[in-house]
Amino acid sequence: MLSGILIFNQKGENLIFRAFRSDCRPRLADIFRIQVISNPQVRSPILTLGSTTFSHVKHENIYLVAVTKSNANAALVFEFLYRLVMLGKSYFGKFDEEAVKNNFVLIYELLDGKPIPLYPNNPAKATSNNGFFHFPEILDFGYPQNTDPDTLKMYITTEGVKSAIANNPTDSSRITQQATGALSWRRSDIKYRKNEAFVDVIEDVNLLMSATGTVLRADVNGQIVMRAYLSGTPECKFGLNDRLLLDSGESSGPSSSRGGGNGLGTSKATRAAAGSVTLEDCQFHQCVKLGRFDADRIISFVPPDGEFELMRYRATENVNLPFKVHPIVREIGTTKVEYSVAIKANYSSKLFATNVVIRIPTPLNTAKTTERTSQGRAKYEPEQNNIVWKIARFSGQSEFVLNAEATLTSMTHQKAWSRPPLSLSFSLLMFTSSGLLVRYLKVFEKNNYSSVKWVRYMTRAGSYEIRF
Amino acid sequence: MAMNKIRGAFAVPRKGETFELRAGLVSQYAYERKESIQKTIMAMTLGKDVSALFPDVLKNIATADLEQKKLVYLYLMNYAKSHPDLCILAVNTFVQDSEDPNPLIRALAIRTMGCIRVEKMVDYMEEPLRKTLRDESPYVRKTAAICVAKLFDLNPALALENGFLEMLQEMIGDPNPMVVANSVTALSEIHHTAPETQALQITNNTLRKMLMALNECTEWGRVTILSTLADYKTADVKESEHICERVAPQFQHVNSSVVLAAVKAVFLHMKNVNPELAKNYLKKMAPPLVTLVSSAPEVQYVALRNIDLLLQKQPDILQKELRVFFCKYNDPPYVKFQKLEIMVRIANDRNVDQLLAELKEYALEVDMDFVRRAVRAIGQVAIKIESASERCVNTLLDLINTKVNYVVQEAIVVIKDIFRKYPGYEGIIPTLCQCIDELDEPNARAALIWIVGEYAEKISNAGDILGGFVDGFNEEFSSTQLQILTAVVKLFLKRPEKAQGLVQRVLQAATAENDNPDVRDRAYIYWRLLSNTSDSNATKNIVLSEKPPIVTTIHSLPPALLDQLLTELSTLSSVYHKPPEQFVGAGRFGADAVQRAAIEEQIQNARENPLAAAAAAAAVSGSSAPAQAQNNVENLLDIDFDGGAPASARNEPSSGMSGLEGLGGTPVRVESPAVGAPAPQSSNNLDDLLGVFGDSGPSQPSSSGGNGGGASVDLMNGFSGLDLSGNTPAAPSENNQTKKSNEDILSLF
Repeated sequence: MLSGILIFNQKGENLIFRAFRSDCRPRLADIFRIQVISNPQVRSPILTLGSTTFSHVKHENIYLVAVTKSNANAALVFEFLYRLVMLGKSYFGKFDEEAVKNNFVLIYELLDGKPIPLYPNNPAKATSNNGFFHFPEILDFGYPQNTDPDTLKMYITTEGVKSAIANNPTDSSRITQQATGALSWRRSDIKYRKNEAFVDVIEDVNLLMSATGTVLRADVNGQIVMRAYLSGTPECKFGLNDRLLLDSGESSGPSSSRGGGNGLGTSKATRAAAGSVTLEDCQFHQCVKLGRFDADRIISFVPPDGEFELMRYRATENVNLPFKVHPIVREIGTTKVEYSVAIKANYSSKLFATNVVIRIPTPLNTAKTTERTSQGRAKYEPEQNNIVWKIARFSGQSEFVLNAEATLTSMTHQKAWSRPPLSLSFSLLMFTSSGLLVRYLKVFEKNNYSSVKWVRYMTRAGSYEIRF
Repeated sequence: MAMNKIRGAFAVPRKGETFELRAGLVSQYAYERKESIQKTIMAMTLGKDVSALFPDVLKNIATADLEQKKLVYLYLMNYAKSHPDLCILAVNTFVQDSEDPNPLIRALAIRTMGCIRVEKMVDYMEEPLRKTLRDESPYVRKTAAICVAKLFDLNPALALENGFLEMLQEMIGDPNPMVVANSVTALSEIHHTAPETQALQITNNTLRKMLMALNECTEWGRVTILSTLADYKTADVKESEHICERVAPQFQHVNSSVVLAAVKAVFLHMKNVNPELAKNYLKKMAPPLVTLVSSAPEVQYVALRNIDLLLQKQPDILQKELRVFFCKYNDPPYVKFQKLEIMVRIANDRNVDQLLAELKEYALEVDMDFVRRAVRAIGQVAIKIESASERCVNTLLDLINTKVNYVVQEAIVVIKDIFRKYPGYEGIIPTLCQCIDELDEPNARAALIWIVGEYAEKISNAGDILGGFVDGFNEEFSSTQLQILTAVVKLFLKRPEKAQGLVQRVLQAATAENDNPDVRDRAYIYWRLLSNTSDSNATKNIVLSEKPPIVTTIHSLPPALLDQLLTELSTLSSVYHKPPEQFVGAGRFGADAVQRAAIEEQIQNARENPLAAAAAAAAVSGSSAPAQAQNNVENLLDIDFDGGAPASARNEPSSGMSGLEGLGGTPVRVESPAVGAPAPQSSNNLDDLLGVFGDSGPSQPSSSGGNGGGASVDLMNGFSGLDLSGNTPAAPSENNQTKKSNEDILSLF
């Protein structure tokens, strides 16, 4: 499998070089630098030279590279690299060149599952007895082993209490049990005074609208993030207004009690009013019993402690678009472009969106722009070739307009303007584009404690593009 | 004195960091020693060479302090290579540690031993490894399982002798899913590096165990198990059904490599179950595949390449999902190119309007390469969907009217193919001829000249147009020259009164002033044909012969290769659309393997190809000996002017001409395996040669890619693809293959 993991900065300096097999030689770093980083022609994330394959992803200002020698599993390699990015982010906040340089001891250790100095920048502190911890390796001999930040984080605390545990045979056998057990994501002895679970439904709505205003493509990528602070080994059941589930409930006979517990009647009319959503596809955290979902679409799981992504889903039907944008762009001669962009909020007036940013592309040879807006602020960003219009708070059903004019410099070589699409970003609370609702979250535990559950909904812009 | 001096030179300096560290390492106080070790490790990870401290660090290995032990191990792994002899001193501790009550220490010891790649160490590994493989803690067992693979990598004989493989095989039945996964991982690695060991044999029993572990182990373990399941040859339908049933829930996993591995396993086992059920699974796998398209761009790329393969086998799985593949403005080029190809593949008469609107949008973007591909895609759609051809042609005309140079050129190349499939569009020829002055690329010029020659009788000023080209004959690229030559001859045959002088001039220019043997040869052939007075129709029959219709211009892999690649889903091989031996083979390029694969592919091609079969039949009805000779001639001709091979029909590769076969079978052929048009009346060599070179030439077998038209045009198309794509991923095969074919050719001469 993986022969080595390399990390480079943008200049091509090799920051991390970790070989897992003897066939990963140091000079490979130079080859990658020459063939990929300093080669502007390269457009592929995979490069095979001789029998060596470099697969790379770029994150912030670093390249993460996996070296393989065989006909490796490419999907696995990229998934792993992205997992590495995720781990880096969860440890350092931001995973960039600076973070790598400041923490490179830690990164080497992360890859190997060796003792980790808690204060890599401060050896003096590290010399105290609590300076190092052990956690399971991410990779062994180039095979990914355990990349779940939850599992890894269990062994690293800033307090350094676990160190003592690791020295104690019985406790460390518990750690190993956890790393290999059927419930590798959860310790068994968790206790909370107050049992709480928070569910965040976060949707990214993607839109591609043509110049004539027809929707070419609209879909929703949703994720459900859960923060579980529950004692013991709770078994959770989670219900959504998933059409397939509701229909199957229906088909099993109207008299059968529906497990919703949300007080809704069983008549079709009520359900239609509540609305049900067709999920094209769902993907679940490893704690969810996939066989169970496959058989009767029940989402049942034993959650990890703390925050995790319970599921992702995709919906393409009946997508509610929170914003309607109506751009009119006229090119007047070769020296001027006139814009008139109207944007209307399509959601209930009780809600409001925050951080609404509209990026309106201008031609490359724009010299000067003037903007007038009925709300918010617009500014020309020459480095992006955009007019950026920001509206901090956008309440439902309101409509705002921007009028702008871009003056162009004349160019000797007149080239047609490709008119990249106008794009939007925003976040909108208590609204789901797909119409998804959480119907219930039930917690079963042998102690039978009562638990408090909270649900939040949020819709964000994924790639929200409007051509003009 | 002298001795002392020398000793002094080798002695350790009495001050500086190293000295201080050394002093700390041998200190009588434990805490000082530990502190020094930590400092040493810090220095090591910072890239300083602290290997001089090796003996002193080693002294600290025997300690009860776990942290300290780990640090020493870390140091050992780093410097073992440079001090193999001293490593042996650590063996005792390793052996002891592998019996420590603490499972973490046992696992650590065995993992570290495996990582110290010193030959001497291997001898001492046997006992600890055997013990840890049977350890009570699953964590230790799973670490030991991987360690067997490490040992095998270092010393296969020892691993075999000690029966470690058998132990691993037993461990597939382990109650712990992680242990199962790692055992399978280790076994499958051993199996792949040394197939003769038969390390990974799946029985009914192990199959059951793996399916059980599948739902419980980590995501990476699942990938291993799923890949192994995919390779497994089931004994009966029931087993296949069972595997599909157990694997299908994994489609819902969040990790895309698990999803792809599951798709692969189900797809491969699906063919054994009853069609109704198989259809059901196909339906089930569509949504997860679509979901992969919204993942990170690199993962998307792998997924898209795999979807491309799946679509070639099962064209209708994603029929309704066209819109998912619309390119986003910010998609990286490699993703965009792949999406284009997939969109063309799933185009049908219901979604074609949507697709055309989208393609037209792309054709107006700025990225030249992407624009060209978009235009090409329009042409492919036109040829694929007959009912949409008119809309496609109109779209192309719109694009030509934009007057953007590269769009116009690509559109003309594409329109030439459309002419070959649908003869009814001569009305647009005048529009095309208007752009004649703007064309500067050889393949676009060649395409236009081909159109002029082909429809010479309908273009009143064909003579003038061609006259212009003949004037500049010697400045053209050779591919264009070949087309000019052919077009002029066609014009002459159709309207002799107009082109009498022209044909003289062009033949003169091609034979007397041209250096390129292909151009010269073709000119001579035409000359002789034209001066043949015995049968005036013979020339016409040959040059103006009926062309076989184009079936498709969408690139497809030959079925045998496709089937092989489907067993490699989600691997690099599926990304490159090349069998693994082409890029991981031994030696520089694994040239032997490449050649073998190419020859096999070609045999397959010949078999699949009815036209070739017809040619073979014709050859057989003539005589068999000339057929052989003809093959040889054609193979020689395959060494074309610029390294590419205009392919020729090959009936039966015979062992006697292996070298030439290599040539004929260079992978470039895969791109444009055109077949010499069988001239209907006769089967003499000359005709076949003309078939090869003449623009009436190659037909498009359904399994072949490339664009129609004359052989040379075809070739140049292949080349323009190369020039443009450079290192782009979308054309990885073309690129590398040409390189290799050149190499093969060079090695021959």
